Amino acid sequence: MNSELEITLNFSGGAELLFGKIKLHTVKLPSQETWCMKKLLVWIKENLLKERPELFLQGGTVRPGILVLVNNADWELVGQLDYNLQNKDEIVFISTLHGG
Amino acid sequence: MVVFCSTGCGSTAVLKRPKTDDALCKNCFFWAFETEVHHTITSTKMFQPGQLVAIGASGGKDSTVLAYVLKHLNEKYNYGLKLVLLSIDEGITGYRDDSLESVKRNQEEYNIPLTVLSYKDLYGWTMDDIVKQVGRKNNCTFCGVFRRQALDRGAMLLKCDIIATGHNADDVAETILMNLLRGDIARLQRCTFHITGSDGSLPRVKPFKYAYEKEIVLYAYFKKLDYFATECVYAPDAYRGHARALVKDLEALRSTSIIDIIHAGEQLAIKDGVKLPKQGLCSSCGYVSSNIICKACVLLEGLNRGRPKLAIGKSNKALAELLAERLQNAASIKTTIQDQF
Repeated sequence: MNSELEITLNFSGGAELLFGKIKLHTVKLPSQETWCMKKLLVWIKENLLKERPELFLQGGTVRPGILVLVNNADWELVGQLDYNLQNKDEIVFISTLHGG
Repeated sequence: MVVFCSTGCGSTAVLKRPKTDDALCKNCFFWAFETEVHHTITSTKMFQPGQLVAIGASGGKDSTVLAYVLKHLNEKYNYGLKLVLLSIDEGITGYRDDSLESVKRNQEEYNIPLTVLSYKDLYGWTMDDIVKQVGRKNNCTFCGVFRRQALDRGAMLLKCDIIATGHNADDVAETILMNLLRGDIARLQRCTFHITGSDGSLPRVKPFKYAYEKEIVLYAYFKKLDYFATECVYAPDAYRGHARALVKDLEALRSTSIIDIIHAGEQLAIKDGVKLPKQGLCSSCGYVSSNIICKACVLLEGLNRGRPKLAIGKSNKALAELLAERLQNAASIKTTIQDQF
């Protein structure tokens, strides 16, 4: 069975600067495999991140200070790195690492 | 996979609170966040009815949410406060000019009057000019000192009674650690006070001092509040960055760390007999200072004389010379006046 894995990625709070200043990215992932968040982060680093990976990722997860929402809910509620992506999921990355 | 709100209200949870690990839905989160800020305000007797409050507004996440929440709570609980937005333009191209647009939107959306004061008008120097003279290190010292005074001057100009800033729990925890790391006992003691400031300057309060940065950002996100979010171009070299990285890493390991650090800071007491600098007034501008001349005046003097490192770093020889010169001038002026009369 060939199911689709289309994901929307949204970068804000300054995080978009690391992704060519583009906030919204729609990506299609090869769906034969299971994609957990951990795998997605590696994919993002290799395919979308334009510069300074250390400002986005740290120790296999997002840098502390970057909030992650899965379908508008805190990723801490759905298992963080272990959450398995589903088709049409919306992932939001909000950076809090700036002046208030 | 759906997690339900810990309150049992039946709605789907949207966040996990770092302070308590509770899973809350949108509305319960808004209520919890607002109620806690309200509790901070009432339990510390932060405000008095009838006061004119200057909200330090930068257009960033903390001050935007502060303006929104303070206005909301003022109306809901009848604090009887009058609110104004006070913004300081440090003259940092690409950073401040953009964020001021955000404050102007706050003014319109929340219907709170706004005043903008600039470093250029107050001191004759923009931060861009200062960084050209001083370099990339230590320039935050100038900005912080100048901004503090600028907020005070602006608030006094507007006849405000008190200044409210959007400093959050993460900021306070960072400050406590910074003061500890630098051995600055006086500041370590003052930085956890509920109301800071003394004679010569307006009292200052931080309604968000127990509110986690994560929650402020998510409050703004779910309420769709618009703010400006970019790091100051000069910030990467600031010392606070080290404290911030530590606080963030600690939060990732144990999320209550932030509030625990604040608790520890508040409980710290200074041993009897420890000498603390006395706070008086600057002989040059009248602002509060623990020295004869306040830091802002010394920094400005240094800039104007082309010796910007005057008050930076450990060498106090140049500073001592300046102070001696000023005192001599003041003494000779006094003698001249006495002679004339």
